[in-house]
Amino acid sequence: MIDGYNFAYLDERSKRMIRRAILKAVAIPGHQVPFGSREMPLAYGWGTGGIQVTAAMLGQHDVLKVIDQGSDDTTNAVNIRQFFARTTGVATTERTREATLIQTRHRIPEAPLREGQVLVYQVPQPEALYKLEPRRTETLKLHACEEYGLVNVKLYEDLAHWGRVETTYDYPVQVNGRYVMSPSPIPSFDNPKMHRMPALQLFGAGREKRIYAVPPYTDVKSLDFEDHPFHVEPQGHACALCGCTTSYLDEVVQGAGERLWTCSDTDWCREQQEVSA
Amino acid sequence: MYIAVKGGEAAIGASRVLLAEARRGDPAVRELEVAQIREQLGLLVDRVMAEASLYDPELAALALKQARGDAVEAIFLLRAYRTTLPRVATTEPIDTAQMRVRRRVSAIFKDLPGGQLLGPTYDYTQRLLDFSLLTTVRTEPVEVRTGESSVRTERASMPNALDTLADEGLIEPSLPSVGDPPPPDITRDPPVYPLPRTARLQMLARADEGWVLGMGYATQRGYAYTHPFGGDIRFGAVAVELVPDELGFAVEIGEIDVTECQMINQFGGSATVAPQFTRGYGLVYGHGERKAMAMSLVDRALRADEFDEEVTAPVQQQEFVLPQGDNIEASGFVQHLKLPHYVTFESELQLIRKLREEALK
Repeated sequence: MIDGYNFAYLDERSKRMIRRAILKAVAIPGHQVPFGSREMPLAYGWGTGGIQVTAAMLGQHDVLKVIDQGSDDTTNAVNIRQFFARTTGVATTERTREATLIQTRHRIPEAPLREGQVLVYQVPQPEALYKLEPRRTETLKLHACEEYGLVNVKLYEDLAHWGRVETTYDYPVQVNGRYVMSPSPIPSFDNPKMHRMPALQLFGAGREKRIYAVPPYTDVKSLDFEDHPFHVEPQGHACALCGCTTSYLDEVVQGAGERLWTCSDTDWCREQQEVSA
Repeated sequence: MYIAVKGGEAAIGASRVLLAEARRGDPAVRELEVAQIREQLGLLVDRVMAEASLYDPELAALALKQARGDAVEAIFLLRAYRTTLPRVATTEPIDTAQMRVRRRVSAIFKDLPGGQLLGPTYDYTQRLLDFSLLTTVRTEPVEVRTGESSVRTERASMPNALDTLADEGLIEPSLPSVGDPPPPDITRDPPVYPLPRTARLQMLARADEGWVLGMGYATQRGYAYTHPFGGDIRFGAVAVELVPDELGFAVEIGEIDVTECQMINQFGGSATVAPQFTRGYGLVYGHGERKAMAMSLVDRALRADEFDEEVTAPVQQQEFVLPQGDNIEASGFVQHLKLPHYVTFESELQLIRKLREEALK
């Protein structure tokens, strides 16, 4: 562990402030709670919100996993994992099932999460309505009045124009039948996993200074219409490494225009390879 | 078949080594000392302190050395360090009228109490490259400072040029808000818009100099015209005082250099208020006139609601000017686009292929 810094970098008072925001967020599922976001030694937009939530949540006996794009070995995930290893000395793992706390960017692990686990999402833009109304003074009122006409019109226009919803990631959800929430830029493929997940889901947006949460076993509904229900379109490929056809796949461009597909969740891929071996 | 799914950890390690080498440059050239940066690149050190909102010339110079002179990177380093510092106390407000003034100019009166003091400025240098600086004259440090310079360098205190106008009631008084509430701390409290002026000024004081300059300049080009005059622009050292609980009276704990600009702006009076000049205010750590002046233009533009002015330009909109002006936030988020987006991009690819398939049917 590195000298000269507190456990998990932040001082205890800052961590307590963040925990209070988390508690409030858990109490009002899907509602964005402002918090005194600190300046972290990682660039804004690179996971400072997730890092602060993780820092506030981590205890000595936690086992930490960090993924970016589903993989533990992407550079930013490596960097964040090393950061917490240096500042806390907690055990780290690449195995989804062994982790007590998983910080993620852009994916939900394929392996179902269980009670007691915490999934921390890095969120670039917590305001689900910002593309439709950039003024946060206004979106605050829209949320308060549960006025989600703007986003419904947007979905309707997509259907009218394209015949389908033109949002493939960061697909808005309604939490506990109340707040419309950004699930962070996970592919809409992952949205169904949020619904009644046994694990606690926490969302940290550092630059935008907001924390929100989905408590365990909470309803999370992707926005849709009765006659155009939300659905996930299959990719239609199998993983070239493990043969899985149900996981989310990365597209890998080979020479001469050839393409391969492999599991985006590298730990899941490892598991599948071990099962079939 | 080869797919690069591993290697991130090794790549990061190698990148750090390469960065250290790039920072050092040609090893045949003598290494830069932090003290040299602090003393000889003082304006850059000042900018880093101002935008990091931490007054520490030594660490700002260190950050610049570590960041290879990249101001925003150095600001980032210093801000990240700042986060870890405890809040010991809150000082008394600084009094810029009691500044040990090294420079003060006023554009509104030819002469005025305290006079005009040009001080060190690039304004009249004619901007010719001084090729004599190419060669280092002296490598050994000078033993003793040569004492007082031949020119009179500073004044003990100087009344503000706006005071005479204030005495006549020609300019709005500079008064604390009703009830004098403690200002919010923008580094601790999440911003909730609309922000009070006390919070706006904090955000502007550490906003990116280039952004504030461009925004201020926009007001001069007709985007929310504010009719400014450079009322009082000063640079010098001010005392920082603290009232310890045990003592109950103020104790001076040190000095900081600041640059202050009070801009004078006009507005037509109303049926109830006689015509009066209004103010725009700018204050930054160190010597940063460009920033302080631009800040005062933007501050005034952001007061549109106070004076019932029509909001016609982005510079009058808090939510446009303030969050976007934070260069650490902006730099991080713009540059996060180089992080992997395989997953989201793949989902877009899927959609566009599907849409094209349907369109070509």
